[in-house]
Amino acid sequence: MTVLDEGIARPRPAERVSAWVTVHDWATTVDHKKLGVMYISSALVFFLIAGLEASLMRIQLAVPNNDFLPPTTFNRLFTMHGTTMVFLVGMPMFFGFANYLTPLMIGARDLAFPRLNSFGFWLFLFGGLLLYFSFLGGAGLYGAGTAPDVGWFAYSPLTGRAFSRGNSTDYWILGILVSGLGSTATALNIATTIITMRCPGMTWGKMPLFVWLMLVNCLLTLIILTPLTAAQVMLLFDRFLGAHFFDTQAGGSAVLWQHFFWFFGHPEVYVLILPAFAIANEIVPVFSRKPLFGYPFMVGATVMIGFISMSVWAHHMFVVGLSAAANTFFTASTMAIAVPTGIKIFNWLGTMYGGKIRFKMPMLWCTAFLFSFVIAGLTGVMLAVVPWDWQLSDSYFVVAHFHFVLIGGLLFNIFAAIYYWFPKVTGRMLDEKLGRLHFWIFTIGFYLTFTTMHFPGLLGMPRRIYTYEAGRGWDTLNLITTLGVAVQAIGLLFFLWNVGRSLLRGDPAGDDPWDAWTLEWSTTSPPPDYNFETVPVVHSRRPLWDLKHPEDPDWKYE
Amino acid sequence: MSAASGSIAAPSAPPPAPASWNLPDKGRVGMACLILTESSFFAIFVVAYLFYIGKSLHGPYPAEVLDLPILSSICLLSSSVTIVFAIRALRAGSTAGFVAWWLPTILLGLAFLILTGVEWYGLIVGHGLWVDTNLFGTTFYSLVGFHAFHVFVGLSLLTLVLVFGLTGHLRAEHAERTEVLSWYWHFVDTVWIVVFTVVYVVGR
Repeated sequence: MTVLDEGIARPRPAERVSAWVTVHDWATTVDHKKLGVMYISSALVFFLIAGLEASLMRIQLAVPNNDFLPPTTFNRLFTMHGTTMVFLVGMPMFFGFANYLTPLMIGARDLAFPRLNSFGFWLFLFGGLLLYFSFLGGAGLYGAGTAPDVGWFAYSPLTGRAFSRGNSTDYWILGILVSGLGSTATALNIATTIITMRCPGMTWGKMPLFVWLMLVNCLLTLIILTPLTAAQVMLLFDRFLGAHFFDTQAGGSAVLWQHFFWFFGHPEVYVLILPAFAIANEIVPVFSRKPLFGYPFMVGATVMIGFISMSVWAHHMFVVGLSAAANTFFTASTMAIAVPTGIKIFNWLGTMYGGKIRFKMPMLWCTAFLFSFVIAGLTGVMLAVVPWDWQLSDSYFVVAHFHFVLIGGLLFNIFAAIYYWFPKVTGRMLDEKLGRLHFWIFTIGFYLTFTTMHFPGLLGMPRRIYTYEAGRGWDTLNLITTLGVAVQAIGLLFFLWNVGRSLLRGDPAGDDPWDAWTLEWSTTSPPPDYNFETVPVVHSRRPLWDLKHPEDPDWKYE
Repeated sequence: MSAASGSIAAPSAPPPAPASWNLPDKGRVGMACLILTESSFFAIFVVAYLFYIGKSLHGPYPAEVLDLPILSSICLLSSSVTIVFAIRALRAGSTAGFVAWWLPTILLGLAFLILTGVEWYGLIVGHGLWVDTNLFGTTFYSLVGFHAFHVFVGLSLLTLVLVFGLTGHLRAEHAERTEVLSWYWHFVDTVWIVVFTVVYVVGR
């Protein structure tokens, strides 16, 4: 019939190999699956580090007039927390899943440029290590500062030589610059793979939506990431060659840095959240037992988000004092981007509506994602209104808003993806009972922390302060916020325990534990090095459905 | 998989696999992506240059010290023509013809770099303009410098191919890859047209 189900190689019984051989194998690999796993594992390690940094800050803020941390340390912690979460957790998660899944979903055997892929990964990892080396070496020659303390968007003129002495800011610039070059290389690689290596029959209209979103995301990354690199090069020139790009005393403009940074920084938010959408696009249909509702509209909405996201950046800068025309434009464009996002939400709901929903772990997380992401979107639209933003910019309301996006949106779906694809990657299932404990404890902790966090913001608590006076109405709210972090940490322990235990003793998964429809489930778990013995041929968006239901295949209707 | 292979009844055969399945070439798409991301990189330096025109607090100003780089522009732009002829010759199977056009391409690029060096020498030594002098110096050296750096990278790659050509390792089947490299060279030339317009026409 088709070549899909023929000649799938079964994994050979494991041979005993020495640890050195294993390490050498992973360090020199150019295989997209191993690199994907390394991307995701490194991201998880950085996630735990940045989570620890956040916990330290929350302990400091739990009660008023606390002196658990000195202010300088607090500054370093919020800088490192933000920088790590965006560049060393969010981006590598995206590249990890894109790396592992894209070739499998399009029926290819690897990425277009496997060695470039390895190069990109190691640039990312060493960029991250360089950033963290600043804790040891950041003091430089002047004995000033250890880790960077200028905030994750590193506003000028704070980053100038005069105000940021020592080398801590240079570590921030170079660490992110190096890992950014790696991200650019990998984005180029994945985009090229999707454009040139789809298996026969997989036209643009038959590509899994996960792959569509990865393509848009990679192209978006290519357009927005090098501007950050360029701005960081300018900052390096300012700091080392005495250039005047952001030097206000020589006619330079500090606001220009903000424009450059946010031209990268806001599309970056979409680069982080589109993978979450991509994951929901795969999981929601499979667990609703229905094809995705509104495929062409999902593609269109994704492309629209890609384009509009590049014209909204100055909504981060309303308090700078832009012209009325600029404020109006950026309010309108920011509200416009809510339209394609709303289309997506309704399409997922439309997929679930009337479906035979199975609330397995991946679907639980995706459902929680829908709730949290709608809340995040609503506070986002509120902040797009200029007077509202003038009131609440740089307050804890903003912090709560973007944590709803990045945890309730992105992280929830990363968890969904890990529960969904862990069986494919390792050949073993994650435990459902531990998973449910993880899910309920973590989401309760999350809502406790971040719903509460909106209110001190509304009551005027600014972000990035290291302590506050008692009696402003912030005390109880901050205590609840911190307690929620402890609850989340407990939930996370169940997750780590689950991963460790399932790796060793999890139930065997089989090739297709979820009765899914995309090509990665047609090969073994874990897939062989070459993915597919024969290159598959597809006739519809759900090639495995066609195979399992030859009496009623999708290609009759598409 | 067991569910899939267990299916027996196949009332309707699927449509046959597409007779021809041609997707774009990896090298071309990869290079197009590189050009996209590099364009974005240069765009930021161009925006900074345009934004800071006339904002220097003191001289030297562009109108006082910059001359139109006509000769170097002719060199660089004509190298985009010679490289086309080189690839055409290679496609036709003539390695000698390829080298005969490829070598001038490199020499023209080299002439551009040397002329840029002469210009910079005049600015640095003659007019005392450097990166830290004023905003003009800052933006001029970074924009023109990054372009010159790209010319240098392009020249290194072109020279590598020349070595392959001279040692007889280059054949007609390599025309495709050589052409992908030539896209990069055309891109560097296009950036020069933008830099020329912004720095020497608008900014002067």
